[in-house]
Amino acid sequence: MTAATTKTQQEQWMVENQVFQIFDLFADLPRNAKSALVELQRDNHLEYLTKGLKRLDPSFCVLDANRPWLCYWILHSIALLGDYVEHEVEDNVVDFLSRCQDPNGGYGGGPGQLPHLATTYAAVNALITVGGERSLSSINREKVYMFLKRMKQPSGAFRMHDAGEIDVRACYTAISVASILNILDDELVQNVGDYILSCQTYEGGISGEPGAEAHGGYTFCGFATMILINEVNRLDLAGLLDWVAFRQGREGGFQGRTNKLVDSCYSFWQGGAFALLQRLHAILDEQLANYAPQTGVASGISGGEESSDGTQVDDKACHFKLGGTNASCPVNLNSIGYNFVKQPVEMEALYQRWALQQYILLCAQDMDGGLKDKPGKRRDFYHTCYSLSGLSLSQHSWSQDEDSAPLPNAVMGPYANLLERTHPLFNVVLDQYYEAQEFFDTP
Amino acid sequence: MESDEDEEMRWVPLSKRPEWSDVTPVPQDDGPNPVVPIDYKPDFAETMDYFRAIYVADERSSRALNLTAEAISFNPGNYTVWHFRRLVLEALDIDLQVELDYIDNIAKNNSKNYQIWHHRRWVAEKLGTDAADKELEFTKKILSADAKHYHAWSHRQWVLLALGGWEDELDYCRELLEADIFNNSAWNQRYFVITRSPHLGGLEAMRESEVSYTVEAILAHPENESPWRYLRGLYKGNTQSWVNDHQVSLLCLRVLNAKSNFVFALSTLLDLLCHGLQPSQEAKDVVAALEMSGTDEPDSDLATSICFILEHVDPIRANYWRWRKSKLPHAT
Repeated sequence: MTAATTKTQQEQWMVENQVFQIFDLFADLPRNAKSALVELQRDNHLEYLTKGLKRLDPSFCVLDANRPWLCYWILHSIALLGDYVEHEVEDNVVDFLSRCQDPNGGYGGGPGQLPHLATTYAAVNALITVGGERSLSSINREKVYMFLKRMKQPSGAFRMHDAGEIDVRACYTAISVASILNILDDELVQNVGDYILSCQTYEGGISGEPGAEAHGGYTFCGFATMILINEVNRLDLAGLLDWVAFRQGREGGFQGRTNKLVDSCYSFWQGGAFALLQRLHAILDEQLANYAPQTGVASGISGGEESSDGTQVDDKACHFKLGGTNASCPVNLNSIGYNFVKQPVEMEALYQRWALQQYILLCAQDMDGGLKDKPGKRRDFYHTCYSLSGLSLSQHSWSQDEDSAPLPNAVMGPYANLLERTHPLFNVVLDQYYEAQEFFDTP
Repeated sequence: MESDEDEEMRWVPLSKRPEWSDVTPVPQDDGPNPVVPIDYKPDFAETMDYFRAIYVADERSSRALNLTAEAISFNPGNYTVWHFRRLVLEALDIDLQVELDYIDNIAKNNSKNYQIWHHRRWVAEKLGTDAADKELEFTKKILSADAKHYHAWSHRQWVLLALGGWEDELDYCRELLEADIFNNSAWNQRYFVITRSPHLGGLEAMRESEVSYTVEAILAHPENESPWRYLRGLYKGNTQSWVNDHQVSLLCLRVLNAKSNFVFALSTLLDLLCHGLQPSQEAKDVVAALEMSGTDEPDSDLATSICFILEHVDPIRANYWRWRKSKLPHAT
């Protein structure tokens, strides 16, 4: 006699049924039809995106305080698809975002709105995606820095806006912006690590605030921030890896939290964690070595009883060694993002890349263009952005170095499905990131 | 029930309202060729034009307060409007209990909105400990519709920490878990309570009873990830006691003996071995009984065998299990 099923079980079964129906249908198709279905509908997506840039219907008034996000989601998606917007539109983007820029620093959700960390992050990333002198020089870095300082709290965390909420997202948006604009310093970094560490939960993932539930979005934010401030070794990486490994379901996509439903946006938030871990294998190995299995004395740091402070790191190439606090070789905070992508990947991504791509291509694409959370949901620009970002990471995850193109077997569907590479810390197309780095590399 | 049409007919443009006749609305400075332009409806545009006027003038009056409510009804995500509303509430020294009622109303249709929750927190903080009961009631209501609502849980945790009300929280967790043992948010809240409640003794003191509770939950549904992670969490900060607690390894063996839904049992056993558990003969036998025939190399140590089995029974994580296998210290 089986007990009554719970809400979690019922909802999960419903989604699995829908998804497996799609997969079964797909499997039974003849080869040609299969190829068509697994094709990335580039033209449709581009049409959806470019239309959105030009006009949004009245229902979008609920995103009236998020317009820089709309710019970023759309422009980044277009860039991932390897396409461009017309010069005139680029100029319009720069002009518009300049009107969102507050005279005292930072960007608000629209012209005249209070500057906000999330919209600042979105605006900066959008402007970097556009690229070019006019776009990049429109960012008032000095004022952005002052805005970030104003948002900084004694606890180490940041407020989203004047008297706004504090959480791990705020930390990421602030640090990411500072790092990419080459204005990150010790004052901004101070105590951020402590705050994020207090958000790594017993499950291994990271929560929005101390005590809350481990969540994919916050896990990415916390993890990326720790890397950018050179304190990633303080996290229990093995614990984080174990949690995120179990977030991939039989559907192939990722869920945001334990026992919740798959959602295509986590293709980036959770999938991104794997991309980050791939470049941290040395620190991961160190942490595992602390488990001391054979002696029966468990002195591991899993569970956080002693945090490794990284001082056992005495690698000569310490400017590449993430997480080292070796005083004789201070890390240039602003080089971390650059060095991170430049270092060769020596470990494969530890999730099923093919399964993720299958979920995105077969279940998240909308027939009319754009991508969505899961079958039955409506498309939107946010899911378009993060599904494509996750797809890109997955396709590029086993490239030894950035100059060699992924092998065909890394790309599900026709090779034309291949997207541009994105930076796994900032989620900006790599070419655009490099251009920005050069531009901002002024002391 | 009013239709949308009725509502629209009843909305009076601000330009036609005598109490606003002294104000010149401020249009949005979108520029000549804005991108992502929203095709605002006239009522939205006008409301925001008037809001801009009072915002720029920093007018903290009761008509300003009412206007912020109108603006919020169009777009509850406008944090600038919320921010200004708070300034006005302070300036007018408004009764914040009334403000809570206001938030109750809009939260009904807009619960997945950061701004509403931040505003609620701000109000509750000002009201102090008297607000605790009401806040716990409010979050309970939201959670009854969506038992995993992230903002509601965050707010509830903040209330407990800042305003108190811990007495019934463990019971509340039990209630939710009885309704849905797979509710990871409820498990997380349980962890929050046992580690932080001033009425309980802290993690170490609670460990024994919590382990019993968790083991029962696992045996009922060994495929449920939540209690397995919770169990591991009960030994946070003391891996040694986790490895040495026979209950944990025995639980794994019990689930493995049943030969169904044993992925978490295997991965827990693997973790124990990695942290120094000396495997019993029983453990080796139980795992051997699971093995697919003719697939494994003889003389593999237990941890390696487990990784191998997991690659096969948990294929979505095959890469992860292969990596775990490669990281095992070589058996002496």
